[in-house]
Amino acid sequence: MEHDLICIVCPRGCHLHVDENLKVTGNFCPRGEAYGKQEVTNPTRVVTSTVKINGSDLAMCPVKTFSPIPKGKIFDVMASINKVEIDAPVHIGDVIIHDVCGTGVDIVATRDMERI
Amino acid sequence: MKNVDLVIIGGGSAGLAASVGAFDSGIKDILIIERNPFLGGILNQCIHNGFGLSEFKEELTGPEFASRFEKQVEDRKIPYVLNTTVTSITKDKVVTYTNEKEGVVEVQAKAIIMAAGCYERNAGAIGIPGDRPAGVITAGQAQLFLNEYGYMVGKKVFILGSGDIGLIMARRLTLEGAKVLGVAELCAWSNGLNRNMVQCLYDYDIPLYLSHTVTRVIGKGRVEAIEISQVDERMNPIHGTEKRFDVDTLVLSIGLVPNNNLLTDLGVEVGRSRGAAVNQNYETSIEGIFSCGNVLHVHDLVDYVVDEAREAGRSAARYLLEGKKETSKNIPVNPGEGIGYVVPSKLDVLSLKEKTAFKFRVRKPSKNVFIDYIVDGVTVKSTFKPVIIPSEMEVFNLPKNLLENAQQSIVISMRAKE
Ligand SMILES: Cc1cc2nc3c(=O)[nH]c(=O)nc-3n(C[C@H](O)[C@H](O)[C@H](O)COP(=O)(O)OP(=O)(O)OC[C@H]3O[C@@H](n4cnc5c(N)ncnc54)[C@H](O)[C@@H]3O)c2cc1C
Ligand code: SF4
Repeated sequence: MEHDLICIVCPRGCHLHVDENLKVTGNFCPRGEAYGKQEVTNPTRVVTSTVKINGSDLAMCPVKTFSPIPKGKIFDVMASINKVEIDAPVHIGDVIIHDVCGTGVDIVATRDMERI
Repeated sequence: MKNVDLVIIGGGSAGLAASVGAFDSGIKDILIIERNPFLGGILNQCIHNGFGLSEFKEELTGPEFASRFEKQVEDRKIPYVLNTTVTSITKDKVVTYTNEKEGVVEVQAKAIIMAAGCYERNAGAIGIPGDRPAGVITAGQAQLFLNEYGYMVGKKVFILGSGDIGLIMARRLTLEGAKVLGVAELCAWSNGLNRNMVQCLYDYDIPLYLSHTVTRVIGKGRVEAIEISQVDERMNPIHGTEKRFDVDTLVLSIGLVPNNNLLTDLGVEVGRSRGAAVNQNYETSIEGIFSCGNVLHVHDLVDYVVDEAREAGRSAARYLLEGKKETSKNIPVNPGEGIGYVVPSKLDVLSLKEKTAFKFRVRKPSKNVFIDYIVDGVTVKSTFKPVIIPSEMEVFNLPKNLLENAQQSIVISMRAKE
């Protein structure tokens, strides 16, 4: 498969072409080559969202995947996140879901929320 | 009346960083006044990641970034009040605030730092023809409702404006199950960062309509559809290019404006950024009143906000500790060809430090250009830029020896490479 991508590593935004042998062209610098290869072999993203929280002054607690997960799992991860409800207090870094969808990555809280 | 050395208006990232800058420079008698029930400002609703790469060398979400600064404030025991709104300030630095517990309170400050952030342009600002139904909302409002209160603003959404907040919300609403039918942008280029274009639109196959705008909102009671049209070079809609989208919500991401009313009411000079005109010490045209963060000029990266705000805090401390300067000599700093605005908008050449940071934005995306720094008509420095875009603020430092002899003006200008 051949791919046309835009490099997102810096604002120059080079238009990359990656051929079936993973040869990258169109990149202005070596960082674009690394990005191009990663993006066509195993694209990953950090997912950020919110979960319902009880007993705090706000209704939602922000969360994220502790590290990037495969792009193809984003909607599965969202479905798991949307099933969870937690109780205040929580603190930044608290694990909300362990090993989400078998990715080996935890969902963690990203805001301190006290009980009121 | 209460007396305080330094009052800081706004407890967002700018206000917090400013308080830390002033405290660490020797000012302990500080009061931060914040309208919300929490510190941290707008960052609390920006739950996505990508913050802090230059400040903390790691990729944080908005609330994580804010909490680092809240901790710096708590560690220093810098006093703050929450749920409290500043309603006016005077030239003599009397700050009036109100809250439920104390009612209306006046505080006599010796110095003030304005850090009240920005607000979003709304539907009234662009006058879209058609009905006025419910379901038209700004991107920041949609972000607040969804991320802090858990309310979805709609199921079928169209977004006007390709600024970063609009792009971020396109992804966020998609992840929560809404269908985002498209994003229309008046300019011929996107106003968001490339990485947001890729991660927020391309990842989810959301179409972007460049050189398009919303020409009609249709719906009784609630939005039922919108119509977009292509625009010509003068941004006028082209008849016959109309496209209709059946949506229940129109999200507007059409620009941010400094929330500078408290200072304009006072008659401070205003700069091209629509915030106060300041010198390199972030001091406004009224001595002892400083401004920083989004209320001074709209930033895309909080990392720059906290840098600027700390410096404003240190300047306020210097002003408080050293007293009124006997002399100052302000030289105007002007945007030249292709440049939208420059901060600072004037330079006090008698209080220059070793380096002075100039921040500016270009008017449109350009390739292979030189940026010239011109002092009294003479180019003292040129830098080459293979690519430069309006959505990324540029920062460039010039050394004192190039600036100290300025008599008339400093101009920053863009020039195409031959
Ligand atoms: C919707 C939105 C999304 C953004 N997303 C990103 C992003 O993804 N990444 C990024 O790096 N930057 C983002 N930014 C830029 C962001 O604004 C800056 O990064 C930074 O957080 C701005 O800090 P600030 O302190 O200047 O403003 P704010 O955080 O807005 O703080 C201003 C504070 O002043 C308070 N205030 C205002 N008026 C008064 C008054 N009269 N009395 C008392 N208190 C008052 C407000 O309640 C608020 O807490 C975004 C901005 C907006 C508006
Ligand atoms: S290839 Fe290099 S220069 Fe081009 S966008 Fe990627 S990082 Fe930037």
